[in-house]
Amino acid sequence: MSTYKVLVVEDSPTMRQLIVFALKRIRGFTIIEANDGVDGLKKLSSDKFDLIFTDINMPIMDGLKLVSLVRNDPGYKNVPIVIITTEGASEDRERALALGANDYITKPIQTIKIIDAAKRLLNLS
Amino acid sequence: MMDREDERGPAKRAEEFLQVFKKGAEFTQEILKDNERLRYQILELEERLKLREDMGGTGDSVSDKLLERIQALEKEKKEILERILHVEAENVDFANRYVEVESENNMLANLYIASYQLHSTLDFREVLQVITEIIINLIGAEEFAIMLLDEKTNKLQAMAGEGLELNELPTIGLGEGVIGQMAKTGENYFIDDMENYVRDFAHPIVCIPLKIKEHVIGVIVIYKLLTQKSRFAEVDYELFTLLAGHAATAIFSSKLYSESERKLSTIQGFIELLTK
Repeated sequence: MSTYKVLVVEDSPTMRQLIVFALKRIRGFTIIEANDGVDGLKKLSSDKFDLIFTDINMPIMDGLKLVSLVRNDPGYKNVPIVIITTEGASEDRERALALGANDYITKPIQTIKIIDAAKRLLNLS
Repeated sequence: MMDREDERGPAKRAEEFLQVFKKGAEFTQEILKDNERLRYQILELEERLKLREDMGGTGDSVSDKLLERIQALEKEKKEILERILHVEAENVDFANRYVEVESENNMLANLYIASYQLHSTLDFREVLQVITEIIINLIGAEEFAIMLLDEKTNKLQAMAGEGLELNELPTIGLGEGVIGQMAKTGENYFIDDMENYVRDFAHPIVCIPLKIKEHVIGVIVIYKLLTQKSRFAEVDYELFTLLAGHAATAIFSSKLYSESERKLSTIQGFIELLTK
């Protein structure tokens, strides 16, 4: 069975736990958590990931900067990125998609939407 | 003599003619009877033929066997189609059940995480932060406040919130207005018409008293939900119920812990002074 490594970048412990909780339901997923963009970048440089979930509004380094840096890294050029936003933040969402994010999920999030996005982007049945 | 014979001749001929006519009539009657009998036989044969056709028979034994087989297969096909319909109906049931289970799963995940996070710290400020996060991320509120009851003054004061300035919110006495009344009775309040709501600090769309058993220690007041959230889902009511109890105990525990820590450091200070 294939195994996938997923990075969850989210400053809110509640949201992070909810995303991890949802992703753990998919077999073969190893999930690594990061508190913000900088922490996320550190983990991206020390390991190889197949999928990234990131919040937009975070301290130190926000999700937009992270998406931009990840897309400029040849090793992560084609790795799918899902951003977590609020419905009202449409500008941020559009910017993130323009920077190279593949999909977005709006708050309040439902676990099934996280699972669906992960499966779709990794072409899992 | 000739004349007498001549006189009798026409009468005899008439009688003969009558006899011939009678025989002709009898013959016609017989033909009609035969015709009637044959018609009856034809009808009988037609009925038999129709009955055989209805039963699928031809009179030929091989063909009849084949017809029987076709009939059996037709019956089997009908049964299979019925079974397919049944299975399809079951599939729809399973799909609906799957959606229900997923929804319940989502609800349980939210409740588990909210509960876990509420009891993950004993720091008062962190507890308020966790409650704020739950209201934003799990319920989907944009403007809200957590008001706590000052037991000395019996007034509710905003201690944390999102989307509004805390000093904008008035201090509310117990039993005063909708918020004060809910804090006094311990009942949840949900506005009837959310669509036409205009923000009014005295009239929130939701007011949830934070209770330890029946003792109210504060309230959560919500004034605006996220744009995409037009109404509350079942999970939200469950989360409100959870917050009413667990958030209250988390706040109370963290306050007690802070007080005990403060007292402990004071006592330690005294002990140090005494032992020096």
